[in-house]
Amino acid sequence: MSAPVEIEPDLTPDEITQTAKPWVTIVWNDPVNLMSYVTYVFQKYFGYSKKKAEKLMMEVHEDGKSVVSSGTREEMERDVQAMHEYGLWATMDRQD
Amino acid sequence: MSGFHRHRRSKRIIANFTGFEADLLRSLASQLVELLRNEAAVPRDDVDPLEAMFDFTGPTQEPEDPVLARLFPTAYPADEEAAAEFRRFTEGSLRDGKANAAIAIIDGLEEAGLPPELTEEGLMIDVELDEPGAETWMRSFTDLRLALATRLGVEEGDEEYWHSLPDDDPTAQAHDIYEWVGYLQETLVQALSD
Repeated sequence: MSAPVEIEPDLTPDEITQTAKPWVTIVWNDPVNLMSYVTYVFQKYFGYSKKKAEKLMMEVHEDGKSVVSSGTREEMERDVQAMHEYGLWATMDRQD
Repeated sequence: MSGFHRHRRSKRIIANFTGFEADLLRSLASQLVELLRNEAAVPRDDVDPLEAMFDFTGPTQEPEDPVLARLFPTAYPADEEAAAEFRRFTEGSLRDGKANAAIAIIDGLEEAGLPPELTEEGLMIDVELDEPGAETWMRSFTDLRLALATRLGVEEGDEEYWHSLPDDDPTAQAHDIYEWVGYLQETLVQALSD
């Protein structure tokens, strides 16, 4: 498995400021994925405690979505790709 | 049907399938591999055809097939350009990863004694997986369930509807298979957590 390579050679100052802002990975609820599986994935991939993983899973289940990680754009692209590998419905966005 | 559990002494994750169950699982996994391999990237009409021939990077638009669209969601819902870039760099390796995981299930069943054509009655297939192998199966079960659920149109809290269908309704039978793979996955998550 290889991580995506992103080359952005000609960013404007505005874009550079935006790039420095933290991004978030959001996991959305779906009617298919098992609660136990989603919890397992959060523990395994992010290294979260069982308690934290269960809390995030319940947010996904009850609120329809949950922010599961934050960081640079590159880090979040890695996390979103990993979630897609696990079959979770994940998107990314700028931190509010 | 007893699902997966962790062997107390060897720590390996084991399951016993009837020949029928193993054959069914192989058939589901094969169909997924077929789908992942066969739908070419959505044709692009925004580029010169010659240029397109030399474009060896990945697809940039959401797949037309709803199963593939669910397996490879759009990462940036509000930014078409970034979404296309993300897809270009990830969808190819995601497709390969999911196809290889489904192939691991097929190979695992055949190595455990499932013949190319199931003819023998009373055949039992004993599968024994190490932890990385079990994780691969677990991930692929997700893909299989997502594929079945998308085709069936499964929605949150619709169990009663499916159970109200007559037994001989083909969609009810397909839903039974979906639930069975869910049961297998649940026991596999449990076994991996033990």
